[in-house]
Amino acid sequence: MFTQTADQDLLEATTADYLRVTWTPARIRELSRLDSPFDPALWRRGVDLGWTALLVPADSGGGSVSGNGLADLLAVAYQFGRHAAPGPLIGTNVVAAALARWGTKEQHGGPLAELLDGAATAAWGYAPRTGPRSGNGLRAVSSDDGVALTGTVPLVETGTASGYLLLAAADAQGLRSHYLVPRDAPGVRTSPLRGIDLTRRYQSVTLQDATVSAAARVGEPGSADDHDELLLDLTAVLQAAEIVGTMERAFTTTLQWTHDRYSFGRPLGSYQEIKHRMADLRTQLEASAAVTAKAARHVGEGSPDARLWASTAKAYAGQVGPELIQDCVQLHGGIGVTFEHDLHIYLRRATVNAQLFGTPAAFTDRLVSLTETALGGGK
Amino acid sequence: MIDVDEFATRARGWLAENLPPADPTRDTFFLHAATHPTDEEVLARAATCRELQRRLFDGGFAGICVPPEYGGQGLTPAHQAAFNREIRGYDYPAEIQASTFIPCMAVLLEFGTEEQKLRHIPRMLRGEEIWVQLLSEPGGGSDAAGAVTTATRDGENWVLNGSKVWTTSGWWGDWALCLARTNWDVEKHRGLTVFSVPMSAPGLEIRQVELVNGSKDFCQEFLTDVVVPDTDRIGDVDAGWGVMTRWLYHERTISGGSPYVTGGGNRPNAGPYDIGSLIEAARAFGTLDDSRTRALLGEAQTNVLVLRALVEAVTRKMAGGALPYHAAAMTRLFGGTSNARRAAIATELYGEAGVVWSPDEETAAQVGLGYLTRQAACIGGGTTEMARNVISERLLGMPREQRADTVAFRDVPRGPQAGGSGA
Repeated sequence: MFTQTADQDLLEATTADYLRVTWTPARIRELSRLDSPFDPALWRRGVDLGWTALLVPADSGGGSVSGNGLADLLAVAYQFGRHAAPGPLIGTNVVAAALARWGTKEQHGGPLAELLDGAATAAWGYAPRTGPRSGNGLRAVSSDDGVALTGTVPLVETGTASGYLLLAAADAQGLRSHYLVPRDAPGVRTSPLRGIDLTRRYQSVTLQDATVSAAARVGEPGSADDHDELLLDLTAVLQAAEIVGTMERAFTTTLQWTHDRYSFGRPLGSYQEIKHRMADLRTQLEASAAVTAKAARHVGEGSPDARLWASTAKAYAGQVGPELIQDCVQLHGGIGVTFEHDLHIYLRRATVNAQLFGTPAAFTDRLVSLTETALGGGK
Repeated sequence: MIDVDEFATRARGWLAENLPPADPTRDTFFLHAATHPTDEEVLARAATCRELQRRLFDGGFAGICVPPEYGGQGLTPAHQAAFNREIRGYDYPAEIQASTFIPCMAVLLEFGTEEQKLRHIPRMLRGEEIWVQLLSEPGGGSDAAGAVTTATRDGENWVLNGSKVWTTSGWWGDWALCLARTNWDVEKHRGLTVFSVPMSAPGLEIRQVELVNGSKDFCQEFLTDVVVPDTDRIGDVDAGWGVMTRWLYHERTISGGSPYVTGGGNRPNAGPYDIGSLIEAARAFGTLDDSRTRALLGEAQTNVLVLRALVEAVTRKMAGGALPYHAAAMTRLFGGTSNARRAAIATELYGEAGVVWSPDEETAAQVGLGYLTRQAACIGGGTTEMARNVISERLLGMPREQRADTVAFRDVPRGPQAGGSGA
């Protein structure tokens, strides 16, 4: 769906092969009953295929296969969506990108290297400013011992026990900066959350004087507001790519169903009502893929229109993706709402991606604000 | 071959010297028209289009993807795309891109004889021949293969009788592609032939059709014993459906992606639907910060941007073989439904102002009248229902519709109001 070069094809094919045999729908169902479905060894084997290297320049230990690492990573995220695969693909890549861009040499040698070789995963503790999970923000107090962080982060994805969190905290002047916080640092308490994805788990984080060294800051003091926007672009594009993967899987499953299922002596797919709905869904799938690919190209190249396209991709794919899968459920009839059928696996993944890190509505509003600014006289 | 960037640079310089800036307040003739131009104004604009087309030709920017022997530049779709980016903001012969270049010139390039191509294509590129489509008939819209306009052989000539309708710009076009039935005794797709016909031919009567928004640019034609020489036949006798499938394909590329179209097709600006215009309107109404308004504005812009990305992606995938050419139906479907949605969004944003306006509120009038003709976006150029059939049957391989028209065309039921001679 997204690949345009032979190297990208190879990256996608090896990822797809690995995901297909490792996380079958039956295995996903089994994992859903476990408290901790994340398997560090399986993650590490996947990372060997290049999953976490693509947004990191070669001189920092990473490397893309086409020159645009985000465009490459689309193929991986797409396959994660197609298989509803476990593992913090998006968060780990986004934090790796942050460390590669703004991290110190020490951060490159330590935490980033761990993300690149799969020893650790990472999560970006982003909280929207409004809504049920807006959070109250973290405060950072500097002392000779380092920086003490206090507050709550409403939601981060789980991963390796000793992984990293990228968290923004405000100092006494209100300047927000990012800090890289080990999940197991003293003063960090996590509490598991429940949710609809079967294998991606989330937790809330409470920090009480969690002290990190001053060298844990990522980027210049006060840079977190700007940096958040770029991390949001990356996250939005990768979420959209996963959503496109779930859409493709649900659509293909449903197309086969319309061939195989007969009613009133005819294949389901011979009814024009069904054909026209499938045509609409196929068009939405292609449109979602097209806008996501275009966004990846712009964001990956750092073009002036990057934010516009990233917002459009999440706004569109986030809106039509879950709806497409719901329509696939409808076309399946009763079997579509059973746990035994696979459709819900993709519906879960698509819906979580659509709602986390900014809803489609929030990205739609972001798009309008960007346009107002571009036209002059924005707020 | 000249490098694309170099070509774009040359185009940039040439455009600044040779084309006037676009008038952002000017409508296209049809569909969006709020102020109804008089026939004289339409003809004056047509003359301007011819003149602008001639300038493009003289500057070496007409027919960028057309072979040089027919007056074109022999370059690639990438060159045309680069030129289309550069021409934004300039006035250009928008109103003759469709139908002259797509589908008519594209069909001639594929099916015309060498003589036909040499005769017509240079004249098209110079703005001397504007072409229209004699395709739809009063008795059947989507069922193009059900044409009953009949061509009867008479020595070296053919004699055409019947009626055509929905001919965009028919009353000021010079030539037409015409689909006619040449055999009533075979299955319907196998008895069709395509001809080229001068719109000034004796026996060809043209009537303008008034639309609900006041536009009179669509026409109906009545053909009575119109004589067409056999040398004006396009493709083989009774092989017209093969021509037709490509004709329809090129017509669907109006949503974008054709290598033969200059600029943004035949819609030079989005008028009241331009995102900047919509935002300005909401600001003037004092509703810009309402969450509902912002959601509508964002949806309108999302539709525009996604359509652009979709056209680019589908065009690239078709060129590379990753999608069959039937995939163009997806851009047609998305273009139609998103344009219709856009008209609805504008109407909701304008509220009262979009249904009652003072004489100087032209933009409001465009919104109101645009809403009334909104479904034209899903009808003209092949309905979105037909596009859904193409996508489901040709792209997805779903079962074909059951048909009642596989017998000899003479015996196909055509309903109580059907026209045609059946001769």
